[in-house]
Amino acid sequence: MIEAAVIGVGQTKYEAKRRDVSMGGLLRKAIDKAMLAAEVDWDAIDAVILGKAPDMFEGVMMPELSLVDAIGANGKPLLRVHTAGSVGGSTAVIAASHVCSGNFDTVLTVTYEKQSESNATWALSPKYPYSPHINAGAGGYFAPYMREYIRRYDAPENIGWKVAVKDRLNALKNPLAHLQIPGIDENMVAETPMLWEPLRYLESCPSSDGACAMVISNKKLAESRNAAWIKGMAVRSEGTLSAGRDEVNPQGGQDCAKDIYDQAGITNPFKEIDCAEIYVPFSWYEPMWLENLHFCDLGEGWKLTEKGATEIEGDIPFNMSGGVLSSNPIGASGMIRFGEACLQVTHQAGDHQVDGANVAMGHAYGGAAQFFAMWIVSNKK
Amino acid sequence: MTEEKKDFFVSDISLSYQYTAGNATTRFLNKVAEGKLVAQKCPKCSAVYVPPRGSCPRCGIATEEELELPDTGAVESFTIVHIPIPGNPIVPPYVSAMIRLDGADISFLHLIQEIDLAEIRIGMRVQAVWKDKSEWGTTLENIKWFKPTGEDDVDPLVFKFKE
Repeated sequence: MIEAAVIGVGQTKYEAKRRDVSMGGLLRKAIDKAMLAAEVDWDAIDAVILGKAPDMFEGVMMPELSLVDAIGANGKPLLRVHTAGSVGGSTAVIAASHVCSGNFDTVLTVTYEKQSESNATWALSPKYPYSPHINAGAGGYFAPYMREYIRRYDAPENIGWKVAVKDRLNALKNPLAHLQIPGIDENMVAETPMLWEPLRYLESCPSSDGACAMVISNKKLAESRNAAWIKGMAVRSEGTLSAGRDEVNPQGGQDCAKDIYDQAGITNPFKEIDCAEIYVPFSWYEPMWLENLHFCDLGEGWKLTEKGATEIEGDIPFNMSGGVLSSNPIGASGMIRFGEACLQVTHQAGDHQVDGANVAMGHAYGGAAQFFAMWIVSNKK
Repeated sequence: MTEEKKDFFVSDISLSYQYTAGNATTRFLNKVAEGKLVAQKCPKCSAVYVPPRGSCPRCGIATEEELELPDTGAVESFTIVHIPIPGNPIVPPYVSAMIRLDGADISFLHLIQEIDLAEIRIGMRVQAVWKDKSEWGTTLENIKWFKPTGEDDVDPLVFKFKE
């Protein structure tokens, strides 16, 4: 297979309302930064791959068409990807697969959400025809899965608070992160209002505007750049309404992780992966994904969180950038995970850098926890 | 923070659409209109689906055999929603639960009421509370909510699928 590497990552500042830019302007800010970092101009871009979450979030159908000039895709192959919240991750995988195909030397990929121009909780909570009106946003949908995790493994309540604090302390080291909450501690989290039991306000992700872009290329360019080489990548999905589905530990996530570890030659992810950016929009997903992604045995995830293993100085740091809990421009949230993994292995993560990180993982999930996208990057070809 | 600029404003829009339920859902809803919950069974793995979608996602084959299920079941999991959801008329706090009907292999979301919120738990036995027959239509809204039956809880292991 043709090798591919990320040679430039660009992110906007994440905020509740980016009123200084249009949608096109928001994307272009991320793109300009990615291309500057990659040291490429438009002539080098062979295709553009755009991803975002449901069109209903901003009420703009097929936005890739009206954005074509802003994203530099005029006259170039353009593909739109949509896999709900996991889309930032699957867009990265699909962009990289274009390079691996051998038909494109260098691909620009960009993802975004401008949540301030609509209301995603409303868009996720419609009344479906012939059904009672029960949907209560993403938190309302995922809370029962977390409740079942807590019951199954008898996890203490403050694990969720710990994750909420840890990710926000990391965010203080990332100037692009949306939420900046100096002095946050478990008491502060525990005192915020309950939204969807067991989730409190500060255990939930914010609504953000923002975009993330990456330039992915083959060895012709990447060998002369500070590149993050893609050692394994995969997507998986599973049927939401399938009998036997385990929503707490989805088979799709397990299989996707196993696939990328096999590709990268990783047999012990806990030991061999230096740090990971994992999609944790609600606090309890950290221990759940620790187990689902084979970092530990079932029921051991909350214990790793409890003993600080996922802190930036821990054995397996999770979400050094502050994660989805600190910035959530939904369509971009997966790509931020993938891009931050690249920044770690190329030692460009600034104050939230993990010392000596050589191998990192990016992860995204979406929909009813039935879409998964993951990759492993390394600074060694 | 700078002053909010006046060049952004909120504008309501409305979109109308036609919804086609499809064969399996239409058959299901026509039975719901008679007060019956009719599931479909996979001919290969025997999984029982309610509401049915006409196929088994595990096996990728059509589910044609139908069987009526009781309106009783258990809580597979739940959340208590404390915040108002834009556009949703239900007043919080309320229990949104994954209800597993007796004999079914998947659950669906519905409300639980007639309960002290502190009592709700995984494994709790519940039964449907139906609207007055004169109000029935082709919708699961015929069931107002589920309420506890007072029977002993089930072991959550019963929710695990056995082929």
